[in-house]
Amino acid sequence: MSVGLEHYLVLSAVLFSIGLYGVLAKRNAVVILMCIEIMLNAVNISLVAFSRYVVPMLLTGQIFAIFVIVVAAAEAAVGIAIIIAIYRSRQSVDVDKFDLMKW
Amino acid sequence: MFDIIFWILALVTVGAALAVVVLRDVFRAALSLVLLFLTIAVIYITLYADFLAVVQVLIYVGAISILIIVAIMLTREVWHGSPPGKLRIPALVVSLLLLGTMVFTVISTKWETSGEPPQQPTTAAIGMSLFGEGGFILPVEITAVLLLAAVLGAIVLIREK
Repeated sequence: MSVGLEHYLVLSAVLFSIGLYGVLAKRNAVVILMCIEIMLNAVNISLVAFSRYVVPMLLTGQIFAIFVIVVAAAEAAVGIAIIIAIYRSRQSVDVDKFDLMKW
Repeated sequence: MFDIIFWILALVTVGAALAVVVLRDVFRAALSLVLLFLTIAVIYITLYADFLAVVQVLIYVGAISILIIVAIMLTREVWHGSPPGKLRIPALVVSLLLLGTMVFTVISTKWETSGEPPQQPTTAAIGMSLFGEGGFILPVEITAVLLLAAVLGAIVLIREK
């Protein structure tokens, strides 16, 4: 069986699940941010695969992926700024210690 | 030939993603994240998305990974590394369940693929549909505002009091 749409979708699903596990299980906030980037990349792979195999002439999936990349860049900048601001006040990036807004 | 390239890429990608999650050294995790971004750029090339591959290298490998590495250097931990938290087993169960559901759905769905050859090169076509008549010009403008807001927000958050 030659490589087709399903292979890319399964690869994307595997990457998304790995990223989800990292987001839920890790305690270091920077690693959590890295895992969010993995999840966004997984979604981009499936968008580009749909664009390639379902509508090869329209490129709408690739344009959507460009917007996802832009939003991911903005999210990374703001997220890292928040992490560094919290690190300044708490001397830690451990999410278990980020309980400032916890009831 | 194409199949072999895809399988090698898939193996390296999944291995790099697992290394990001498993490695306790945060800096090594960031380096394997860079490897992941690069292999995803090559995956875009195998999908005939040449412009997107260049964008991936520029933004992810060039900008976001540098940002993450700088963040790691600025937040030197007392306990170096990233140990898993208390929710490790539930997180594993949830992500495996989600993976099983997604793989089952993908395999059991009959996808309507088009046999047309892919459009290439894609740069001119993407530019036309982003900025041309009846294209995505409004989302592009909104994205510009979003980027400006993100930059201002990051500066305000990180400024010394």
